[in-house]
Amino acid sequence: MKGFLRKDGRKGIRNLVVVTYLVECAHHVAQRIADRFPDDGVHVIGFGGCAPNEYAEKVMRRLCTHPNVCGVVIVSLGCENFRRDALLRHVRESGRMAELIVIQENGGTLPSIDKGVEAVGRMLQRLPDVPLVDFGWEDLMVGTVCGGSDATSGFTANPSVGRVFDKLIARGATCLFEEPGELIGCEHLMRERGATPEIGDQLFRCVRKADAYYKKMGHDSFSEGNAVGGLSTIEDKSLGSYSKSGTRPINGLLYPGDQPEGSGLYFLDVVPDGEPLWGFPNVSDSAEIVEMAACGCHLILYTSGRGSVAGAAISPVIKVCGNPHTCEALPGDIDINAGRIITDGASLDDISDETIDLIGQVVGGRQTKSEALGHREFFLGYKYFDSCR
Amino acid sequence: MNAFIKLDGADNVAVALRDLRKGETLEVDGNPVVLHDDIAFGHKFCTRRIACGENVFKYGLPIGSATRDIREGEHVHTQNIQSNYKNDSQ
Repeated sequence: MKGFLRKDGRKGIRNLVVVTYLVECAHHVAQRIADRFPDDGVHVIGFGGCAPNEYAEKVMRRLCTHPNVCGVVIVSLGCENFRRDALLRHVRESGRMAELIVIQENGGTLPSIDKGVEAVGRMLQRLPDVPLVDFGWEDLMVGTVCGGSDATSGFTANPSVGRVFDKLIARGATCLFEEPGELIGCEHLMRERGATPEIGDQLFRCVRKADAYYKKMGHDSFSEGNAVGGLSTIEDKSLGSYSKSGTRPINGLLYPGDQPEGSGLYFLDVVPDGEPLWGFPNVSDSAEIVEMAACGCHLILYTSGRGSVAGAAISPVIKVCGNPHTCEALPGDIDINAGRIITDGASLDDISDETIDLIGQVVGGRQTKSEALGHREFFLGYKYFDSCR
Repeated sequence: MNAFIKLDGADNVAVALRDLRKGETLEVDGNPVVLHDDIAFGHKFCTRRIACGENVFKYGLPIGSATRDIREGEHVHTQNIQSNYKNDSQ
């Protein structure tokens, strides 16, 4: 396998130019810039809020220096609170190309779009300069998220991904799972899997924190669709979700944007610290994918039962679906049919080997279904973490 | 293709792998279980009587507790079980 070597030493599996807006008021200009390059892998990301937020700035810094990113065009309105110069400096210090356009100082919408199009064009011309180097399994970081879970998820798609994780970790890769709110009921099991007793205790407390947070919100991470699909309680959903993590020890707990210090399995806490301030921990699965990408995940394994169609900016998404009826209903969106466990007696090894084979091809440049369809969902909201002030 | 899957030996529910009909008799662990309800694909039925307040086991672990007595062959879902985290009892 080959990867794109960045000047900071990280290796990417894609060579992307990103256009990023720093407040919703600059979103349209950023989108119009990217729209001029429909076939060139130009992705739009951004933060819609005007009031400052340390978490959002950290996630944006990490995404703009993601291993899959080669250059960044930053679009600022001008009066928002986001520290645009600090972001520009940070991206340039990583060795990536970066340019800043401030709409209020640049004649408004149309001149800013023109300037952005020129900047992206210059960056695209320089993409071939990025050296292609050997990319091994030990260079790879994979995240997993589940969305639209149903009763099949817990014995098809999710344990298949768990088996993928076990096998990738044996090859030296780094794997990340998340969402303590969807692991309520598994905290005792997670405590036992901490690589050290301290990590085990952190994992336990993290899930308990999520339970308390969701209770204050008055709604947990259990949807009507989950119930229609046969899941009855949050524990029912959680135990199925937990099987995505495989069986390896959990080496550490990360917060959004943290990069793991070693390889192996890590857990991402996505539920804010303290009293609920800005609403729901994760308004959608896309918000969780953004946070995993910010931790450095090259690609995402997205498991589903009911059938999600979302992809993501920056990190390609591979869909693993465990409900054979859904796989039949959405054939253009599902990459891996784990429903064969039910219909054909396929084993977790069969599905995990097929998935690892596809991961190897995706690292090598093959587009996932959501990539080919142009899915580049992105969502970043407000959060508070003690570690991010 | 099997009609259902029991995910762990300790479980008192099994998961339908196709739409099952009320009145069907299934063999679970060598014993006949007559379904008292239609069980949709992915939904659970009781394989061993669960008394009100007792834990419901799936994957060998509790997924909640019964809010009333549940007979063998009954649909086990939100109408007769609830999360053990509902009342912050943990």
